Amino acid sequence: MKMKMEPFNRDFITPIEQFLTKFRIPAWVLLGVFLLALPHFGFNTFIMRLFIMIGIFSMLGLGLNILMGYTGLVSLGHAGFFAIGAYTSALLMVHTDLPFLVTLIAAAITSGVVGGILGLPTLRLSGNYLTIVTLGFGEIVRMVIMNWRSVTNGVLGVRSPRPVMFGMEFTFANHGFYYTMLVLLLLTGLTSAAILHSRTGRAFLAIKEDEIAATMMGIRITRYKILAFTISATITGVAGGFYASLMPHIDHDVFTFDVSVLIVSIVIVGGMGTMRGMFLGAIILIAFPEVSRFLMEYRFVVYGLLLILMMRFRPQGILGWKSRLPYNLPKLVQKRVETGVQ
Amino acid sequence: MPYLNVSGITKSFGGLVAVDGVNFHVEQGEIVSIIGPNGAGKTTVFNMLTGVYQVDVGEIVFEDHPIHNKSPQDIVQAGLSRTFQNIRLFGNLRVIENVLIGTHIHTKYNFFDSLFRTRRFQKEEAEQTLKAIEILESIGLGEHIHSYAQNMPYGAQRKLEIARAIATNAKILLLDEPAAGMNPQESEELMQFIRTLRDKGYTILLIEHDMKVVMNISDRIYVIDHGKKIAEGVSHEIISNEKVIEAYLGGGAKKDAAN
Amino acid sequence: MTYALIAVGFSLVFGILRLVNFSHGSMYAFGAMIALFFVGMHVNVWLAILLSIIITGVAGVVIDKMALAPLRKKKSIPIAGLITTIGVSHIIQNLLTIWFGSQTRPFPSLVELGMVDLFGTRIDARQIMVFVVSLILMGILTLVINRSKVGLAMRAVEQNPKAASLMGIDVNFVISFTFFLAGVSAAIAGGLIASTYNLVFPMMGFMAGLKGFSAAVLGGIGSLHGSIVGGLVVGVSEAMAVVFFGSAFRDSMAFVILVLVLIIRPTGIFGKKAILKV
Repeated sequence: MKMKMEPFNRDFITPIEQFLTKFRIPAWVLLGVFLLALPHFGFNTFIMRLFIMIGIFSMLGLGLNILMGYTGLVSLGHAGFFAIGAYTSALLMVHTDLPFLVTLIAAAITSGVVGGILGLPTLRLSGNYLTIVTLGFGEIVRMVIMNWRSVTNGVLGVRSPRPVMFGMEFTFANHGFYYTMLVLLLLTGLTSAAILHSRTGRAFLAIKEDEIAATMMGIRITRYKILAFTISATITGVAGGFYASLMPHIDHDVFTFDVSVLIVSIVIVGGMGTMRGMFLGAIILIAFPEVSRFLMEYRFVVYGLLLILMMRFRPQGILGWKSRLPYNLPKLVQKRVETGVQ
Repeated sequence: MPYLNVSGITKSFGGLVAVDGVNFHVEQGEIVSIIGPNGAGKTTVFNMLTGVYQVDVGEIVFEDHPIHNKSPQDIVQAGLSRTFQNIRLFGNLRVIENVLIGTHIHTKYNFFDSLFRTRRFQKEEAEQTLKAIEILESIGLGEHIHSYAQNMPYGAQRKLEIARAIATNAKILLLDEPAAGMNPQESEELMQFIRTLRDKGYTILLIEHDMKVVMNISDRIYVIDHGKKIAEGVSHEIISNEKVIEAYLGGGAKKDAAN
Repeated sequence: MTYALIAVGFSLVFGILRLVNFSHGSMYAFGAMIALFFVGMHVNVWLAILLSIIITGVAGVVIDKMALAPLRKKKSIPIAGLITTIGVSHIIQNLLTIWFGSQTRPFPSLVELGMVDLFGTRIDARQIMVFVVSLILMGILTLVINRSKVGLAMRAVEQNPKAASLMGIDVNFVISFTFFLAGVSAAIAGGLIASTYNLVFPMMGFMAGLKGFSAAVLGGIGSLHGSIVGGLVVGVSEAMAVVFFGSAFRDSMAFVILVLVLIIRPTGIFGKKAILKV
């Protein structure tokens, strides 16, 4: 039962963690300033687009992480939610005059509702079987997009206009896309963190660790699994809606099984169940095809190899360590403990 | 009507009758043990009590309310909470988180409270955390609060399971072989601890296959073998009961009695 | 019917390891491409397919030894195995693309049989041949598993690997043998399909793999005769979808069936239900 501690990183991670906790506020401010200033370092559009894609896939990672990392349900169909979000937002932008923000919210809601519905089979399914249903779901979404021509325009895809907010059109030149991405990413991150450190998050974790024990603690397993699906799909839908606004054109070929696998890979490479891992996973896996152009056609072979080696030597993910710092007690409790007996 | 009354519960799997018309009752503030050789159907009884299995026949009444065939969640809410024969902690979580999960059903703030970190959320989180710390300290796990459950020694893990059950505000604690895998000294300590729990007002139902362990602390003992109740009474009655001796010596569990 | 052959591969591996082998579809493409390679070297078609069967079977074993066996030794989480097979599938597909190019290539027929009338519809006799060959192979496979010593060992490992190993069964050998059989059945499916439709391409494994997998789940994953029935149902319903809804719906049928089956009867037609143990 006892898991051995990882052979490396233990000894240097802890001081880093302690350091970061001590200087938490300056560290966040520094990071914030860096991210805000990033567009003004003079990168070209290609690089900026890459940054935005990393942001989008970080969101996708965070979304899937709620399902996979917290609740322990593996989805191989998140490209489906991504597609639903993207199409909802794009179609609304094409056919109505609704503001971008509203289409984004619509994307979130649609995707979330579908997520909840997809979560229903969790009443009866577990483990591998559930994963398979999600896989089927992802493919079905694609088939629907291809065949429901009157709405989705079939295989031709949808051409969506540039979003406008506060009378300003988003472009790469004015960095509208980049800053929107930052805001959405920040919201997603805060939501993830808020859920994790609450009754809901603990229920998710309990389900992941041991479903029967969780049931015996009075946790309504099914309800929480559906909730996890809904939250995860909602976040993925937002990412999809934003993606649709970024791209001049979307079609069924963007949302393949490979994208689902990519999102799963981000979660796993970064470190399942951690938030920090999602950002690193997205940076590595999104930048990888770009920086590895010299490998030419071999780069996807290397990508496959990377996954295999990861699973073999560091299945918990690159940043997947367990903190050795004391548990973060609520502030009110800390005060009382300090002033109390000890 | 007794505090917890179990009458005629029966459970079969396929053709095999695992538990056959078992009756017993537990009064408030008692320590009651169910003993029997391995495979006698003890854990199946627990599984029916806690809603893991449906009963085929019979009924279970707690505080005058029938609880058989209710969902496990409803039964926890009613006040029955259990531990497991093979420890089932949330191993990758902290000790305190394990106990906080136990308080889940009594935490009332909703999802949006946690999203927006409302005052209600802050207050309840603090209350529950304090309660969890208090339980852990009372059980002697005060210094382990920040550890990960799976990194704790075996005995401490057993205690944590009990702490987690207590955190659900249980009225009856169902302990499934809490002393399994412990040496005589450790199990003696654990029994002392269970006695203190009783003195604090908990009602305790124990399962054990080694009768020596529960002899001294049980108010009453029930013996089951091959799914049927074969004896009941206080310790010295059980020790001298011929059916019990036969079950332990004649059955497949010679080793247990010989120990 | 070839779905049944692909499904068998999924079933075999899942039965023993409780692992969904995502690389199985690419093994099927691998089998077909290797056969094509030998045909390109002017080897007789039959011999080419035979060689490909052996090579693919061995490749299955090698993949298991290199990628999956270390994970079992470490007792990794199940998802690790799943991701590994996805990685393997990436590697195989892309290597095939690099070696053979991504375009669709012609593949010679095994035999020319012409068309026959069957229940009023004209179908290519080769399709019937595929059906018959598949059925025979399934028969042989069933015999191997139910009658031979290795088969007995396989069933023992499926029930309880630990107990089987204590009884002196070489579990590692059994697993290797299972991967060999899975590889063989994939290559046979690949060869048969290639010679029936006269076409091969590196990415042919993806859809076929998913559909074969659906067939396996439908029949009750881990059950051999379930795979046959599952394969038939998927094949027939695809044909029906084309007739009733148009060819665009062909590919989606398998998934619709898959999802429906899992929701209505998760264990499949021939699967067994396990009792919850606490």
